[in-house]
Amino acid sequence: MDLSYSEEQLLLKDSVSRFVARSYEFNRRRDNLHSSLGYSAENWALFAELGWLMIPFDEEDGGLGGSAVDLMILMEEFGKGLVVEPFLATTVLAGGLVAALGSDRQKGDYLSPVIDGAMQLAACYIEPDSRYCLSRVTTKAVRDGGGYVISGKKCVVLNGGHAENYLVVARTSGDSNDQSGISCFIVPNGVSGLSVDNYRMNDGVPAADLVFTDVRVPESSVLGAIGDGFKALESVVARATFAACAESVGIMDELLNKTVEYTKTRKQFGVPISSFQALQHRMVDMFIACEQSRSMLLMAACELDQGSESSLKAVSATKARVGQAARLVGQEAVQIHGGIGITDELDISHYFKRLTSIENLFGSVDYHVGRYMSA
Amino acid sequence: MNAELSSDDLDFQDEVRRFLGSELPDDIRGRVESGGRLSKEQHVRWQKVVYERGWAGVNWPRQYGGTGWTPVQKHIFEKECARAYAPEFISFGLKMVGPVIYTFGTDEQKQRFLPSILSSDTWWCQGYSEPNAGSDLVALTTTAVRRGDHYVVNGAKTWTTYAHRADWMFCLVRTGAADVKSQEAITFLLIDMTSPGITVSPIITLDGAHEVNEVFLNDVKVPVDNRIGEENKGWSYAKFLLNHERTNIAKVAISRQRLSQLKSLLLVTPDGLGGFLSDDPAFSRKLAELEIELKALEFTELRTLSALSTGESPGPQSSILKVCGTEVAQRIDELFVEAAGMAGLPYRPDHYLGNAEVDQAGCVESYVNRTPWYFNNRKASIYGGSNEIQKNIIAKTVLGI
Repeated sequence: MDLSYSEEQLLLKDSVSRFVARSYEFNRRRDNLHSSLGYSAENWALFAELGWLMIPFDEEDGGLGGSAVDLMILMEEFGKGLVVEPFLATTVLAGGLVAALGSDRQKGDYLSPVIDGAMQLAACYIEPDSRYCLSRVTTKAVRDGGGYVISGKKCVVLNGGHAENYLVVARTSGDSNDQSGISCFIVPNGVSGLSVDNYRMNDGVPAADLVFTDVRVPESSVLGAIGDGFKALESVVARATFAACAESVGIMDELLNKTVEYTKTRKQFGVPISSFQALQHRMVDMFIACEQSRSMLLMAACELDQGSESSLKAVSATKARVGQAARLVGQEAVQIHGGIGITDELDISHYFKRLTSIENLFGSVDYHVGRYMSA
Repeated sequence: MNAELSSDDLDFQDEVRRFLGSELPDDIRGRVESGGRLSKEQHVRWQKVVYERGWAGVNWPRQYGGTGWTPVQKHIFEKECARAYAPEFISFGLKMVGPVIYTFGTDEQKQRFLPSILSSDTWWCQGYSEPNAGSDLVALTTTAVRRGDHYVVNGAKTWTTYAHRADWMFCLVRTGAADVKSQEAITFLLIDMTSPGITVSPIITLDGAHEVNEVFLNDVKVPVDNRIGEENKGWSYAKFLLNHERTNIAKVAISRQRLSQLKSLLLVTPDGLGGFLSDDPAFSRKLAELEIELKALEFTELRTLSALSTGESPGPQSSILKVCGTEVAQRIDELFVEAAGMAGLPYRPDHYLGNAEVDQAGCVESYVNRTPWYFNNRKASIYGGSNEIQKNIIAKTVLGI
């Protein structure tokens, strides 16, 4: 039993942390987020150069064969800096689907450029009435001649505006909640019959809703076996859920540190407000929430890296506990900052909004407690 | 990074399981499983069995008769004991004064006191709290005045667990002048409970049990040879004791065993609708959230253990173990009472305090001790530095406030 980081992992942590310190000054981040792309292309190229985009993929696919622990380290440090580059969307989610389902040729066409930093992807698997249920797929892909015709709606597609290709989950058979009959297609952005509604989420991160109206794709666009995509989708989304939990833990640590520091400098009634026991105990509760979340993250990382059957259950337990902690830490950070905490000017509100997005992204506390119970 | 036990540790786990399987007496296991209170004779009998095996000094170094186990081995031992429904050792000798004596005591004190702590022939109690010195322990006013080769001690201690069963008490007393800074005027004395001038008066707790006492000290003569370390340095030894061995403070293994016991009980607890409470969605949900919290706590404990195993400092997360451990344990207590329903209302001192056999197969009977235990265990978030004091400490030492 050893829950410490290896030398390489400490180097990775240090390297990401230095990047955040160097390139993520708050106003610079804001400018990048407000640009039409929503992030910095320069940063993305740097991620590729540093090999970070290789981390989650197997060595035979051109990756580094990184572990869940490596992914966790990367995402936690990203969380601390509120990094906006679409690593979760392109690399973990969409790249994960290509890696799990793609043929060698498809991996060459779509995964290699993702690893090189040359291509952006987006995974379309959430529908207006699917809530968090991955098997609730009503978008249809109907066989027609040598290809398929796709019709349906997908919503809150992360990185949906700028992706060059979409990984589209569609139903090729079965009823709308069946786990079988779910297939995955690669669809280029700009294809006829596809309309894309771009917007920003509350945390400022770009996303899009997509409407597919009789979109024709060739046979070669099918990823994996027809009707057999559910298990891969489930395991890729679980890994992305785990990654989002790690991002949350990074954000929560940052919120706690910033809150503690603020109370030491803010004076009222002639003393630093950190001297008030009512606030001290609330900050200790924030600390407890952060540490219990980190413990869950390590637990899930060990289960994922072991490939154990209970890893989905472990991820759900983690998402549930981290979600509870996120609510507490986010709200308390704002409350303890007082008026300045609810301004757009200070970074606290931006951490709070991102944390709140992640709370619902990939499933709420209630949803994951339910999954934990049924797993 | 991995959370797996090594093959050596797995072998050790087997060895502990075999030992517990063959040596833990049925009557003692049954008392623990049913949540009833153990007699002193049962505590002593069990510790002697473990002592004969050489395992009583779980945390002690080998030179003083301890096991010399690694942090992981200690963890395994405690986990297996909980799984087997073995009683916890009474901590005052083994976990508290023993380490103080082998760390700060003279050779004569070590030879005199340590062997009988291990063998359970001598029982200890802790003379810390006083009527006006609880959370603010340093405000204690029991005085010790030097008269030649002994001290004369006067004052009162309270909440003294097992003072009525103890042979000795380790005691904090005030020795310095009144104008000396409080912490620097405290001395650590070992007091023979048969000394003239000691009166022990029971305090009955809300569950009807006699566990804690008031101890009055009236001109009690204590030889100077019974002082630990230097005069007026007692506070530093007391602090050492409070910081000693924090790893098992969360009692994860016991909580886990109790939660699994509760889950088994739910399978046979009628829900009043012809089914069982295990199918009740609202109850199941509370149970699931608690199970997740316990899982987090388990890994917080393992993080501490992992750091200690590699010789690192235990890390800031170790400071939350007492608060979180007691909160989880008390939530489990609550769920037992909730699950019991009407079966939780009757108070049966013959079962709880006495030695009546509890039939585990009958649902009503197996809930019988749970409500008194719920009441009793409200102590967990109060003793050893209340959870509010723990939070003060975390704010100061971890958050730097």
